[in-house]
Amino acid sequence: MKYKNLIQGIVILGSLSLGGAAMAAGPSASMLANTCAGCHGTDGSSNGPATPSIAAIKAEYFIETMQAYKDGSRKATVMDRIAKGYTDDEIKLMAGYFAEQKFVRITQDTDKKMASSGKRLHDRYCEKCHEEGGKLSDDGGILAGQMMPYLRYSLADFTSGSREMPKKMKSKVDEMMTKSGKNSLEELVHYYGSQK
Amino acid sequence: MMHINRRNFLKVSGGVAAVGAIGIPHIALGASKKVVVIGGGSGGATAAKYLRRADASIEVTLIEPNKTYHTCFMSNEVLGGERSIDTIKFDYKGIAKHGVKVVHDTVTGIDTAARKVTTAGGQSFVYDRCIVSPGIDFSWEGIDGYDEKAAEIIPHAWKAGAQTTILQKQLADMKDGGTVIIAAPPNPFRCPPGPYERASQIAHYLKKHKPKSKVLILDAKDKFSKQGLFMAGWKKYYGDMIEWVSAANGGKVEGVDVANRSVQGTIDKFKGDVVNVIPPQKAGKIAHTAGLTNEAGWCPIDQGTFESTLQANVHVIGDACIAGAMPKSGYSANSQAKVCAAAVAALLNGMEAPVPSYVNTCYSIITPEHAISVAAVYTLSEGKIAGVPGSGGLTPGDAPDETYRREVAYAHSWFKNVTDDIFG
Repeated sequence: MKYKNLIQGIVILGSLSLGGAAMAAGPSASMLANTCAGCHGTDGSSNGPATPSIAAIKAEYFIETMQAYKDGSRKATVMDRIAKGYTDDEIKLMAGYFAEQKFVRITQDTDKKMASSGKRLHDRYCEKCHEEGGKLSDDGGILAGQMMPYLRYSLADFTSGSREMPKKMKSKVDEMMTKSGKNSLEELVHYYGSQK
Repeated sequence: MMHINRRNFLKVSGGVAAVGAIGIPHIALGASKKVVVIGGGSGGATAAKYLRRADASIEVTLIEPNKTYHTCFMSNEVLGGERSIDTIKFDYKGIAKHGVKVVHDTVTGIDTAARKVTTAGGQSFVYDRCIVSPGIDFSWEGIDGYDEKAAEIIPHAWKAGAQTTILQKQLADMKDGGTVIIAAPPNPFRCPPGPYERASQIAHYLKKHKPKSKVLILDAKDKFSKQGLFMAGWKKYYGDMIEWVSAANGGKVEGVDVANRSVQGTIDKFKGDVVNVIPPQKAGKIAHTAGLTNEAGWCPIDQGTFESTLQANVHVIGDACIAGAMPKSGYSANSQAKVCAAAVAALLNGMEAPVPSYVNTCYSIITPEHAISVAAVYTLSEGKIAGVPGSGGLTPGDAPDETYRREVAYAHSWFKNVTDDIFG
């Protein structure tokens, strides 16, 4: 019993002091990350309908995204106003925290037929960079199980040019839309939204 | 809560070695860590849950009179006909699953010397630290002829649930061409943009079902939250259906005639078909009883730990407290609760309260296709909670329609996620 309490005590002291030790005068990673839960879900797994999950996000991608919101190079609805509230070091701490979280996927309303068309499109045009059906992310976010409205917004912004796509991605997306039509975007959304 | 693997454990115990040099706190020897949380709304429920998340050896008791909680936030959409009241109703099963002892009773006293809380049901609870999150109470004396009984006929609907239903039914019964009066309160009050979102949602309902009707806002103030964005939205979607009368123009409501369904402004009397009076406010009742309030009726605190400056070992969070630049909102209460929980957990373990970080975003849904927001990130600066310079702010007024449409989806997402964070 005493032993158990001691270990608990060490763990608690550690978790409380670790963030403090790492970044001398600022808030800890969990203190910062806790400010995101109101929109992105507790520990970053969103309950939807639209705000994206950020649990298990790649730390580098998180940092890149927050910096883009901070410097205005990525257009935002609200995140530019929020990202500017955090220092570069705080963003790094949050990135590390969310990278360690488990992405808990919710059930979204998807059409089976569209999802299976979407899978074929993904395998042909997207799998190379968004591996394992979009579960892994090389340079981008996790697509599998992401909030469908958010995927729609992202694809709309990419294809309108208001958000920049990496060159390789643009050529794949252009090819896909030429060969499979505009509906291909929505089919992809259903595919990603259907994944558990 | 960090995951413990070998690498982390070594880092952790490295940190502890430093503490050990000073002296391992008595927690290792099983010292008492009891926290009583008073109030099970956005602040209290979050605090109870996050205390358990921070340190599972802390005994947490949450005392809340009601078995279910209706959120005030999003209740305007119930009035607008856009959601059912069931979607703003939450229970305490999730909170209990975190190991919180939930007690349904009303706290009648806090003995701060004995560190004991007593209830109407005759129970008593000892604490090492107490967190009070009592929400608001109304300063009925601020409006002649208005009191708790009058509110059953002329609802405030500023505490959601039964009051929301009364107002909703009155709107449903009103004939086309009627006037809905909303009396908006003086600062400070719960949910600064709330009365204006309410006007928007009611206008949305009226436009659909009773288009000849009008909404008249009588204000105790000369300006309000997100005013430019609201007025632009009203003009665009509702034409001249919504009229706003500032205090300077006689809008401050000084009296209510319940039988006549009329309100007295500073110059004129106004008669309505549906009258919604949102009275002046103060901290929830127990805060006054327990000696936690100042002359203005709100609770002064250490803005980093939320500990009362008037009573030791008692913390106050949410609408009731004076929290620097943070508005009185559901999201503020949730954010403050986490900072307070982290502080209390640290203090109970003999450590310094951690450096805080706070946030608030208030969404207002003007139509199902058009929402606006005001966002802020805060830090503690010279003892006061202040917005981080260069951050936060309003939705731009000249944004494309798509932006306002997305704000609606994000507003709904905020609601789903914050309520899961509070009650899940």
